[in-house]
Amino acid sequence: MGYTASFALSLPEIILSFGAIALMLAAAWAGDKASKAISVIAVALLAGAAASLLGPSGSGGVGYDGLYVADGFSAFSKLLIYVSAAIAIIIAPGFFDREGEMRAEFPVLILLSAVGMGMMVSAIDLLSLYVGLELQSLAAYVLASFLRRDGRSAEAGLKYFVLGALASGILLYGISLLYGFSGGTSFHAVAVAMHAGVGTGLLFGLVFVLAGLAFKIAAVPFHMWTPDVYEGSPTPVTAFFASAPKVAAMGLLVRVAIEAMGPAGDEWRQIMIFCALASTILGAVAAIGQTNIKRLMAYSSINNVGFALFGLVPGTAYGASGVLTYMTVYIAMTLGSLLCILQMRDAEGNPVETIASLSGLSRTRPGLAAAFAVFMFSLAGIPPLFGFWPKFMVFDALVDVGMWPLAMIGIATSVIGAFYYLKIVKTIYFDEPSDVRFVPLRSTTEGVLILIAALFVSPLGYFTVPLLGKATLDAATALF
Amino acid sequence: MSGFPILSIMLAVPFVGALWCLFAPGSDEARARGARVTALAASLIDFALGIVLWLGYQTGGPRWQFVEKSDVFGRFSWALGVDGIAMLLIVLTVFLVPLCILASWKAIAKRVPEYMAVFLLTEILMLGVFMAQDLFLFYIMFEGGLIPMYLIIGIWGGARRIYASYKFFLYTLLGSLLMLIAMLMMAHTAGTTSIPALMAYNFPPAMQDWLFLAFFASFAVKMPMWPVHTWLPDAHVEAPTAGSVILAGVMLKLAGYGFLRFALPMFPQASAHYMWLIFALSMIATVYTSLVALVQKDMKKLIAYSSVAHMALVTFGLFAFNEQGIEGGMMVMLGHGLVSSALFLCVGVVYDRLHTREIDRYGGIANNMPAYATFFLFFTMASVGLPGLSNFPGEFLSMMGTYEISSWAAFVAVTGIITGAAYMLYLYRRIAFGPQKNADAAAMPDLEPREWLILAPLAAATLWMGVYPESFIAPMRQDVAAILVRLHPTAPASDAALTAPPARPVMAKPAIAAAGER
Repeated sequence: MGYTASFALSLPEIILSFGAIALMLAAAWAGDKASKAISVIAVALLAGAAASLLGPSGSGGVGYDGLYVADGFSAFSKLLIYVSAAIAIIIAPGFFDREGEMRAEFPVLILLSAVGMGMMVSAIDLLSLYVGLELQSLAAYVLASFLRRDGRSAEAGLKYFVLGALASGILLYGISLLYGFSGGTSFHAVAVAMHAGVGTGLLFGLVFVLAGLAFKIAAVPFHMWTPDVYEGSPTPVTAFFASAPKVAAMGLLVRVAIEAMGPAGDEWRQIMIFCALASTILGAVAAIGQTNIKRLMAYSSINNVGFALFGLVPGTAYGASGVLTYMTVYIAMTLGSLLCILQMRDAEGNPVETIASLSGLSRTRPGLAAAFAVFMFSLAGIPPLFGFWPKFMVFDALVDVGMWPLAMIGIATSVIGAFYYLKIVKTIYFDEPSDVRFVPLRSTTEGVLILIAALFVSPLGYFTVPLLGKATLDAATALF
Repeated sequence: MSGFPILSIMLAVPFVGALWCLFAPGSDEARARGARVTALAASLIDFALGIVLWLGYQTGGPRWQFVEKSDVFGRFSWALGVDGIAMLLIVLTVFLVPLCILASWKAIAKRVPEYMAVFLLTEILMLGVFMAQDLFLFYIMFEGGLIPMYLIIGIWGGARRIYASYKFFLYTLLGSLLMLIAMLMMAHTAGTTSIPALMAYNFPPAMQDWLFLAFFASFAVKMPMWPVHTWLPDAHVEAPTAGSVILAGVMLKLAGYGFLRFALPMFPQASAHYMWLIFALSMIATVYTSLVALVQKDMKKLIAYSSVAHMALVTFGLFAFNEQGIEGGMMVMLGHGLVSSALFLCVGVVYDRLHTREIDRYGGIANNMPAYATFFLFFTMASVGLPGLSNFPGEFLSMMGTYEISSWAAFVAVTGIITGAAYMLYLYRRIAFGPQKNADAAAMPDLEPREWLILAPLAAATLWMGVYPESFIAPMRQDVAAILVRLHPTAPASDAALTAPPARPVMAKPAIAAAGER
């Protein structure tokens, strides 16, 4: 395949890379006062990249001599990634302006991260996988410590970097093992080698690669960075971390598990089952004692990743479509919740993060309280809210292959999770108002975003089931 | 039938009402007043539609009537329809909700618009459960009911409302999640999510056991059956009056309805297999909760325990595998829906005046509240099972059915009726008769017109159901017969149907021996 055709396949990455470089120059030239214009252009670039998915970069096939693929799966994941990244850019100024910390580099970093994430979900070679993952991570480390003067933010960035580097090392070690024992770095070569038999070397490689990826999706036992990073990072960055990179890493994991390690399904299935169960249980139990709402959201994300992993366990197209459905609804719920958290500001405009400050919110800010409650019940997976549907999909996939005992255990753990989501609703609705009064909603954009997310996870979301079901199933079928 | 989507409209009316309650403009006071009127109007329209539904229902006509179906949701469909059993429970629901709203007219003073909206949402979800003809639509409605009830108990409840609301939510959630997995298995095995189709599908017997147990986990909690009944007294005590009414009157019926709709027709072998489990739990419940009710100091708690005992009669009847039993179980559900609601409303009347539910704080109020005392006596008698009032036909049929299949189970069930009479009469004596030892209780005014309006229709319905139960049994007879056809091949043998030996005067002895061998 010629390079022109390959370029056409990776059009979204090309748009974003060149756009990011140009914007970086503009940022250096014009300084922070241009941050608004740069944000607008960055969002436009993301929209352009998303639009380009309609062309060959949506389903054009393999390019760059087998390093990169543009198929339905990558296109669907990229769409989610770009939407989340755009939302992160949109909500940032409202937060950073108050600190006087809105810098023109923020949208650029998000764009670079989006390029990396696009590579992650399009990689069909261990090397392009690694490069994409590192590009995403490096931008993310900087984003985590974006509030330079805030100690917690710096701490979050440092922790993320150190632990992320460790995970990258583990991943790279696993990649080297896979390469050594299979003789190739492409997913196909690994799959061929595993098909012939999973020896000790390949098995070790598999375990190390999955450990590295489990770190990126924050699955137990590689989750411990999440609460600190979520809590310390500026809230728009937390919203970003909770959405786009999760989708990218999950997409990558699904692709690696099915395309590269498909023949070793029995081996990795045990790992997935353990990670899924451990994540759902620990994510639920550890969240109960939290007093900081962002920390709680971190545990909630661990919990949700566990549920999404259940969809991967069967290793079927239907299960993978469940994972994609899960991620789609999950980002709506988690972005919605974090947008609500973004509204928690006291009279001076300082962010408030304690759960106690939400007391009696339903009295003082009924609209925000209702949105919060919708997201919480939805995260708990209680019908008739739409958060029930992704859980339904992943457990349906498990039952489909006859793994109903696992489905029983998995679903029972969601009762523990329901407890702490209920705790938030209780604080908001049952308790007397606290003395913290939040300032009224200032940005209509944020209000509109909250409304859209709330409507999507409300029972109205069920009307999207036919469309979502078809899109995710088409995307997942591309892997098989 | 005529193409008029009456069921969807019955769901839409409260929804519109709820939206209006929430988003109507105006000052707080105007909104509260508007919300009360809106909620009452919406629920009355639904009641009128319910009457239309009953009148339009053709007894002896097609099994599923007023059917609607639309595949807007892809994996499952918006499929509604009713048979006689569902129709009666729908009518019960729409009958009770306006009364609940009237009962909350003054008792709920804070956050009225939200309260009314949540209440109307509860009504939608309850009605949806009875109407759903799709497995997952049923599940969504069934489980969705937890959210508004959680809010009603938690926001407008009593002192220990938070504990009670959590307990209610988590108990019932755990049970229903197991049911969800069972539903997924059923959909995969049978390849359909349509409830009527599943009711005719024969699941392999080994699978039936598991499916039955999963459904049992959900319905036993909801019913509630001993030993998972403990959420009920807490929820009842803490809930506001109207919340208790809807909980006892409708929500508990969801489980009985679930047994009738799922467990019995879909898993006939497993139902027969686990009959003794149900009977054993019901026997314990009858004896134990009746005794517990006897020593309660709190009126609501007493009635809550009596609910558990009555629900045991329902499960006895449903698992008797004969016409009398199942019809009796249904009649107990309907009767209990009226009577326990009425009793909770009666408690609400005095609670609104004195703000205590402690039995000792009352006494001799028949003197100063004669009308109230009369109503209370009337419903007490109905609860005890006095012939001519609503609970008698159901209890009688249910026990007759139970006796046919197991005389021992029936023996224990009857003790529940006796203790039931004891604790109810004891409650009544302590509240209404005796000396007026508390001055404030003696000063309570009698019923006001609004309370008349609440209690009189209930009394009329109670009397109607007792005097002419045929109006209620006729619509369900055909559906019960259809369930019995499914149950018949595997129904457990009866221990009471001793066949008399053919009259052969000379050789009597060998004939008896032959009967014994069977």
